[in-house]
Amino acid sequence: MARKSTTQSKIVWTVIAWVVALVIFFPILYAVITSFKTEPEAIDGFSLIPSGTFENYITVQTQRDYFKPFTNSVILSIGSTILALIFAIPAAWAMAFAPTRRTKDILMWMLSTKMMPAVAVLLPIYILFRNFGLLDTRIGLTIMLTLINLPIVVWMLYTYFREIPGEILEAARMDGANLWKEIVYVLTPMAVPGIASTLLLNIILAWNEAFWTIQLSTTNAAPLTAFIASFSSPQGLFWAKLSAASTMAIAPILILGWFSQKQLVRGLTFGAVK
Amino acid sequence: MATQNTKTLARLMMAPSVIALLVWMVIPLSMTLYYSFQNYNLLTPQNVSFGGFFNYQYFYTDPAFFTAIWNTLILVVGVLAITVIGGIAIGLLLDQPIFGQGIVRILVISPFFVMPPVAALIWKNMIMHPSYGVLADIAKFFGLQPVDWFAQYPLFSVIVIVAWQWLPFATLILLTALQSLDGEQKEAAEMDGANFVNRFIYLTLPHLSRAITVVILIQTIFLLGIYAEILVTTNGGPGYASTNLTFLIYRTARLGYDVGGGAAGGIIAVVLANIVAIFLMRAVGKNLDK
Amino acid sequence: MGSITLKNVQKHFGEAKVIPSVDLEITDGEFVVFVGPSGSGKSTLLRLIAGLEDVTGGTITIDGKDVTEAAPAARGLAMVFQSYALYPHMSVRKNIAFPLKMAKMEQSKIDKKVEDAARILNLSDYLERRPGQLSGGQRQRVAIGRAIVREPSAFLFDEPLSNLDAALRGTMRLEISDLHNQLKTTMIYVTHDQIEAMTMADKIVVLNRGNIEQVGSPMELYNTPRNLFVAGFIGSPRMNLIEGEYAQSKGAKTAGIRPEHMTLSKESGLWKGTVSVAEHLGADTFLHLDVDGIGKMTARASGEFGAHHGDTVYLTPDETRLHRFDDKGLRIAG
Repeated sequence: MARKSTTQSKIVWTVIAWVVALVIFFPILYAVITSFKTEPEAIDGFSLIPSGTFENYITVQTQRDYFKPFTNSVILSIGSTILALIFAIPAAWAMAFAPTRRTKDILMWMLSTKMMPAVAVLLPIYILFRNFGLLDTRIGLTIMLTLINLPIVVWMLYTYFREIPGEILEAARMDGANLWKEIVYVLTPMAVPGIASTLLLNIILAWNEAFWTIQLSTTNAAPLTAFIASFSSPQGLFWAKLSAASTMAIAPILILGWFSQKQLVRGLTFGAVK
Repeated sequence: MATQNTKTLARLMMAPSVIALLVWMVIPLSMTLYYSFQNYNLLTPQNVSFGGFFNYQYFYTDPAFFTAIWNTLILVVGVLAITVIGGIAIGLLLDQPIFGQGIVRILVISPFFVMPPVAALIWKNMIMHPSYGVLADIAKFFGLQPVDWFAQYPLFSVIVIVAWQWLPFATLILLTALQSLDGEQKEAAEMDGANFVNRFIYLTLPHLSRAITVVILIQTIFLLGIYAEILVTTNGGPGYASTNLTFLIYRTARLGYDVGGGAAGGIIAVVLANIVAIFLMRAVGKNLDK
Repeated sequence: MGSITLKNVQKHFGEAKVIPSVDLEITDGEFVVFVGPSGSGKSTLLRLIAGLEDVTGGTITIDGKDVTEAAPAARGLAMVFQSYALYPHMSVRKNIAFPLKMAKMEQSKIDKKVEDAARILNLSDYLERRPGQLSGGQRQRVAIGRAIVREPSAFLFDEPLSNLDAALRGTMRLEISDLHNQLKTTMIYVTHDQIEAMTMADKIVVLNRGNIEQVGSPMELYNTPRNLFVAGFIGSPRMNLIEGEYAQSKGAKTAGIRPEHMTLSKESGLWKGTVSVAEHLGADTFLHLDVDGIGKMTARASGEFGAHHGDTVYLTPDETRLHRFDDKGLRIAG
């Protein structure tokens, strides 16, 4: 096979790749463009050039109080992530550095809870939440998101911790560090990158979780997922406004996501692909 | 390092996570199991009675049940086919030296970060809408009759949306796996006279097999639970044409207020998910041993 | 002070008796090398002394104090790990200072000790760097520095040179020996490399499958190996072990003769062999021969002895340097 001139083939591949990438990205791009159109423009045939109005963004806030679900999303995703980390860091530490014969079984079992279909426990959870007054509360949803993402958080941290050489912790022990100092001076600084990636990925997952957040909230605690879903009822065509709301709902997480590409693979494959 | 002290401590450190997950798994599941044998409707909460296997029988004999199982299967298999094949193709494409690789990558993975309701609404209104969607605009441009996607091909439409969301995931994982393919192996194969197709079949594909397995299994977990996409587009219809098992149970339980029926459906879903789970655990477990 | 006594020390991992029972006496100031093939239990033994593993049975005494149950840090030992185990997020200065900080020493004292250690180890110019920016040999020295500042009663080394290239290994070997001469502190050094054992040790402990095969000075082990295992393990190139007629004529099951204890001639000798490979090192030449009636043997010739593939060479063993072993593989005295 004779090699073609490399720049020539590179240009061909570049063109193909960009076309594919733009087609995939198009729906997002079009929603962003539409958000800057007026409502009549939005349904007036295909156009990539909006009139450039910010009206929709203002309307979404004034008429639908966009800021409230946005705040809820921020609180729920960050709160549940931090809570999950508090639970998961010690557990992952123990599994990575003091493994026993049962460690693998425990990890597997944790993974299996993730496979329980959410809908199977919808009713009991709904009834429990109702009885404990947790329906449509931020606390209730935070607990929920913490629990459903806890297995992934433990797994991710475990795969990161496992890469820290055990000899370093032994060295610290020989150097006279007790467990607390070992964690503060040695383990934590070395684990920070892994913890940060886990944090990032979990915020993304919690932000986009769209089953429990829709089921267990109505207005007070409703995050953006539930807020956007409420646009589905065909109460007229407010596409420009819907696009504005959508753009605001996905923009922060899209940017976070771009930063966490690599961790995403690792986290979502439970360390099986790195 | 495994001294006795460390072991005791390790147990204490695992306890909170293990207990939290145990409680979260055991209590609701046993409640579901209990409800599934009760006649219990939220509209008439005072008339709760033991129903034996009535709920299971009711669920099983409901014609919607098999439609939902079938739809679930089509949905999962359809999305998997599109994402795995598409993912390999795009992965290979992005593995080539191209200009602006970083930006192309970002564009390709973006749909994964779009929350399900937003993804569904963008596709429903702006892309697939029969009068104002981009696809309708294109059809009109060529003088064709626009397709009313959600009325004519409801399940297919849902598959397209879900596949769009998961294609980036498959691509990213397969690309990561592709990039870990040893460059010297490729060169050795080239020296041995293998052309592109041969290299793909004998070198690349076997190397990707583990990543493909992982993609299939992990996506399956999430795809079995597809909910929001159906809720905001077709709402399961027309009829039951785009109702999957998750959505059917949701309908029974929350819209029909039938706690017993919903619970029986939930138990069936657990059983089905477990069958899938066994395969997944094996695969992931093997990779853990490597 | 640093005398260490192991009494009936055992370590089992489940069913596997990694160390069935070991008794060992290490006197203060000694340089002791644990040597053995991989899986011989040498690292496990070191880790038991360090306290990184719990013993299954027996007692460990350091300077007369029973430390069998004591935590690693409480034993007053310092360890240099195979991977160096430097803290990657700390500068060299902080790495070396870490054990002192853990011991809550005053900052001014810490600074002085770190500077002193850095001077001894030629690290003064690198104190503000991170381990990732150092070469293998420098990292090794930082690991040693971290051990020195604690002024331990004994140093433990776990295959510290195995990650270095051959040339650097030679240099570090000298540096560690030098350090021992300066500090005169007990050192226990684990290696699978018998050259390291021979060149550095005051006392070598040869381990095999968790058992001590022999304890002695390098020359004792070289001159009077207690059994076939030690005979084959110590010395390079390996001792030639001959069975059959010749051994029987000497009243043994196996006769051993080292490659350097044979005279070579191109004209006549006891055994006739054909050179298969000649390794010319310069001063010496190692000849790998096929010897009639015996099989493969190795012999050491001087560099001037010109021999090449295919040449015929006659060998005569120096019978005063012959080692004889009985059918249990044990040395026959005399």
